[in-house]
Amino acid sequence: MLLELRDLHVNYGNVEALHGINLTVNEGEIVTILGANGAGKSTTLNSICGLVKASKGEILLDGKPIHTVPAHNIVKLGISQSPEGRRVFSTLTVEENMELGAFTLSDKEKIARNKEWIYDLFPRLLERRGQLAGTLSGGEQQMLAIGRALMSNPRLLLLDEPSLGLAPILVKSIFDTIRKINKRGLTVILVEQNARAALKLADRGYVMEVGNIVLADDADTLLSNPDIQSAYLGGKGH
Amino acid sequence: MEEFFQQLTNGLAVGGIYALIALGYTMVYGVLKLINFAHGDLFTIGAFLGLTLLTSLGLTDSIGPVAGLLVLAVMVVILVGVVGFLLERIAYRPLRSSPRLSAVVSALGASIFFQNAIMLIWGARPLVYPHGLLPNVTVNVFGAELPLIRILMFVISVLLMCGLYYLTHKTRIGTAIRAAAIDQGAAKLMGIDVNRVISLVFMIGPALGGAAGVMVGLYYGQINFTMGWLYGLKAFTAAILGGIGNIPGAMLGGLLLGVVESLGAAYISIAWKDAISFLVLILILIVRPTGLLGERVADKV
Ligand SMILES: Nc1ncnc2c1ncn2[C@@H]1O[C@H](COP(=O)(O)OP(=O)(O)OP(=O)(O)O)[C@@H](O)[C@H]1O
Ligand SMILES: [Mg+2]
Repeated sequence: MLLELRDLHVNYGNVEALHGINLTVNEGEIVTILGANGAGKSTTLNSICGLVKASKGEILLDGKPIHTVPAHNIVKLGISQSPEGRRVFSTLTVEENMELGAFTLSDKEKIARNKEWIYDLFPRLLERRGQLAGTLSGGEQQMLAIGRALMSNPRLLLLDEPSLGLAPILVKSIFDTIRKINKRGLTVILVEQNARAALKLADRGYVMEVGNIVLADDADTLLSNPDIQSAYLGGKGH
Repeated sequence: MEEFFQQLTNGLAVGGIYALIALGYTMVYGVLKLINFAHGDLFTIGAFLGLTLLTSLGLTDSIGPVAGLLVLAVMVVILVGVVGFLLERIAYRPLRSSPRLSAVVSALGASIFFQNAIMLIWGARPLVYPHGLLPNVTVNVFGAELPLIRILMFVISVLLMCGLYYLTHKTRIGTAIRAAAIDQGAAKLMGIDVNRVISLVFMIGPALGGAAGVMVGLYYGQINFTMGWLYGLKAFTAAILGGIGNIPGAMLGGLLLGVVESLGAAYISIAWKDAISFLVLILILIVRPTGLLGERVADKV
């Protein structure tokens, strides 16, 4: 098992946002987390990255606790995130954003190699490498956020709503890319509003409701679950 | 024409000082969205430390005026950098997650603390830098006789600014500083230790301010414990003029303000010298609150 969340609680001030969730991710899997707005999906990802702290419970990577590790040291452990809303550094160039993704690497050749295969994955970024990130289109910014997260050579990639606000054709291309990088051996946790596409791509899925995990199963099983169909897949399946 | 050139170069020299101080305001604002009201006093500390080291170590006698002043400036830069580091640790870091107003009050408190500390240590009366450290000669530039010290001051300011620009725009740690100024959370996701970046900014800004303090001491000869107030306010104006948070903006704003002020004093009235700066501040706030170089890119959501 690569990652395990055990009875994880997270508070924002006095308000508890996660009420003790359990979640596991195996090496090489794509695991998706579904849920309505405010269910706690981003909070879950941010707690794995150390941006928000667990008030109770544990986060284990390879069986070792990481919930006490400061956020800036998490990426060195092989976890990186493409956050909700992309959060590219808008007044820096595409290239500078990419290089910041490799901030924890010191081997220049390795950085150059990473850049090469990621630009290969997203040729559009290569064309725009000198452009300020804030002037990219939404889809390009999403590519940059993912590319930037890949620059650190992660073992585990966390993607928070990568398809948000993108045209259907771009969504498909982003999902194809996720499949491609997973094939390279990268484990992925995918948070998505686009539940159908996410479940088709994923091996397993978790469903969250107001700070709890209410369902966990194989992606195929979830796809054919009538409750999931009516709540997240827009009615009856076909 | 000669008169104009004299005023222009004087403006550039003084503007270089404003720019160096303005960089401290703008960099701190960049990472913390806080106006460090104590920054002007760090400039004053630089001027006083410079004088004390100058008279107590006698470096200019033992290793010559140029090398002596250089070593002295480096020492001041390091010491004021340390004061800046401590200021952030003591006055700002504990309030990081408190409401904005707490940090502002703390900044004002730190300013009052520094002013009183300087007064207690060095006294309330103005002090004078020794005369004749640098040869009192003029250099002929395009037919105008310019004082050597004015030229040196401008050149050193520009060199320091180039160094800072190189650091912030061409190095990894500099890119990390700019990233932390844009989005601290995202910077942490990149593996950037944001607390270290903030400490670094609180060393670099005051260090530049300290260097400016020494130069002002050498240029005008006289220093006093309240000098940081006026210089601070003008440098703050320069930072706003260039677009607060924007590093090249602070450089441009400082130089521009120095020139406008110098020309205004010469051709309108010397009595208006300080008023001109504040007129500029008010105008910029009304006409273009983002400053000359501020907010070039709108964030797409
Ligand atoms: N910084 C914060 N401060 C206070 N409360 C927060 C903060 N971030 C999230 N919350 C609250 O925590 C709960 C979970 O939020 P979270 O962002 O994790 O939801 P989500 O499942 O990602 O939702 P969405 O689909 O809208 O992105 C919500 O009730 C939200 O209001
Ligand atoms: Mg979310």
